[in-house]
Amino acid sequence: MLNTTFLNKQFKNPIVLASGILGVTGAGLANIIKIGAGGVTTKSISLEPREGHKNPVMMGNDHFFLNAVGLSNPGIENALPEIAKLRSLTDAPIIGSIFAGTAEEFGVVAEKICTGPIDFLEVDISCPNVGAEFGRPFAYSTEAVETITKIVKTKSTVPVIMKLSPNAWNIAEIAKAAESAGADAITAINTAAGMMIDIESRQPVLSNKVGGVSGPALFPIALKCVYDIYKAVKIPIIGTGGITTGRDGIAMIMAGATLLGVGSAMYYNKGTCFSKITAEMEEFMKAENITSLEEIRGTAH
Amino acid sequence: MLWIPDVDQKPFSISFDDGKTFGLTVFKRGPLTEKLFELNLGDRVGITGPFGTSYSIKPDYHYYMVAGGYGAAPLGNLAERINGAKIDFIVGARSHDLLLFEDRLKKIPNLNLHITTDDGSAGTKGRVTDVLEKLLENQNDDKRILVTCGPELMQTAVLALANKYDTKCEVSVERHMKCGFGVCGQCVVDDLGICTCMDGPVMSRTIANQIFELGKYHRDKTGNIIKF
Ligand SMILES: Cc1cc2nc3c(=O)[nH]c(=O)nc-3n(C[C@H](O)[C@H](O)[C@H](O)COP(=O)(O)OP(=O)(O)OC[C@H]3O[C@@H](n4cnc5c(N)ncnc54)[C@H](O)[C@@H]3O)c2cc1C
Ligand SMILES: Cc1cc2nc3c(=O)[nH]c(=O)nc-3n(C[C@H](O)[C@H](O)[C@H](O)COP(=O)(O)O)c2cc1C
Ligand code: FES
Repeated sequence: MLNTTFLNKQFKNPIVLASGILGVTGAGLANIIKIGAGGVTTKSISLEPREGHKNPVMMGNDHFFLNAVGLSNPGIENALPEIAKLRSLTDAPIIGSIFAGTAEEFGVVAEKICTGPIDFLEVDISCPNVGAEFGRPFAYSTEAVETITKIVKTKSTVPVIMKLSPNAWNIAEIAKAAESAGADAITAINTAAGMMIDIESRQPVLSNKVGGVSGPALFPIALKCVYDIYKAVKIPIIGTGGITTGRDGIAMIMAGATLLGVGSAMYYNKGTCFSKITAEMEEFMKAENITSLEEIRGTAH
Repeated sequence: MLWIPDVDQKPFSISFDDGKTFGLTVFKRGPLTEKLFELNLGDRVGITGPFGTSYSIKPDYHYYMVAGGYGAAPLGNLAERINGAKIDFIVGARSHDLLLFEDRLKKIPNLNLHITTDDGSAGTKGRVTDVLEKLLENQNDDKRILVTCGPELMQTAVLALANKYDTKCEVSVERHMKCGFGVCGQCVVDDLGICTCMDGPVMSRTIANQIFELGKYHRDKTGNIIKF
């Protein structure tokens, strides 16, 4: 019922783990498949190892989740054995996620990660938490997005997915730029810039002071972004942001998403978060006599 | 987790708990703990949690507690909370002055304290596991459980004895932690892929035996592998 084909690859269900949540090790990612996701995205990987920011790097409450991990990762050379390990533990589709400080470096990391057993390459041009370090996130500029997409396309041996930011005021334009530069799909969205203050200590909670908002508060924002992008492009979309229930997932499909990225739900519902969403989606589909997700994709338009 | 704004936030075990107040036992190590030692009475720190699993409380069992370093903190707390259980408490340190809780542990009824030091400055000279093995050989009780906390290689030696004597066992698996609640993936262990912050730190013998990396390696803040 939930079987989904995305860029010619079969997913047992449309839920993919979003980048950066439990994505540090191959074994950790394989466990995510075991507990119900249809596919996984690795944590975003860079050329060199990065320690990330000091703690606290994240916090959550009933309404939102907030993080500024600072893109910690072991660097591409050390990440490749983890991806190989992941492949040895699961047959499910693997999305490798990368980021870099310049367009050229995106090309280098793309080439290297494609030597590993990934099925798709997701390009994170939209992390709001390292802006000062890398200059303005690339995701705000159609020119930057075009340049990076073109370079990564020439180096990649697998389909390329560009991950966009809701902080860009013109996300549909950006998606169009990515499509015309050759992107095979879009992931929308990354986190929205935000912060939280601890009122006892009178200071920001995150060591980075500002971070990215995800979780339930992000859902209506993500839904509108996906809705707008679906209107603007023909390539498929991984709808990501605040999905914690089956109803959220169905709405995201109706906005036009093909796959559903799920991350912060892990905070809200722990190990049952994926099976809960798929069970609730199936329940809704049965009640409404919907036999495949194809039937309802984009029907909100 | 204990937080000092602008410095860092790290996990600590609860060392003392009477229902109204609780205490931590902290070794001075790096930036966070050094800062903590500079604070004054009445200064505030941030506390979140508790997170993760704790040791089983089974008053009808004979406990063999094996502690090294600040591992004496959670086990001291456990010993005080189990009412009525027979306890053999083996605590090891490099030398007498580094030994924790000698007086506190002596006050607990039904607790037999065994001390080992590397240099022989107190108790038996040698390793905690030597003492443990002698006890296991000489005492014959049908309900026994080994619980341990301390340096990983000490804990894997205790786990090996639990396997040898086919005894229930609980170990405490410490990995670098960022979130403490199962989101960041920093503390995940091979090959099970489970989080030590939520599914641990305390893990049963069955689970611990499936943790391939135990006693072999852990990971730094980047996620890179560091051998023990
Ligand atoms: C589940 C869990 C429970 C813990 N309980 C306690 C506790 O009850 N009391 C306590 O004092 N600490 C405990 N720790 C360790 C604590 O979280 C910090 O890592 C430690 O206090 C050092 O912090 P720091 O920032 O001061 O120093 P850092 O800068 O992190 O460390 C300074 C040096 O010490 C080394 N180091 C750090 N942590 C350890 C360690 N655990 N073992 C060996 N070397 C280490 C580092 O590699 C570094 O070289 C626990 C850790 C975990 C995961
Ligand atoms: C702790 C955390 C770490 C993240 N790290 C990354 C990352 O490394 N790369 C990336 O592209 N997105 C990262 N994200 C963004 C997520 O992939 C996702 O786009 C966002 O959280 C919205 O989905 P959600 O509400 O389901 O979490 C991270 C999110 C969280 C919560
Ligand atoms: S510390 Fe983040 S998952 Fe365990």
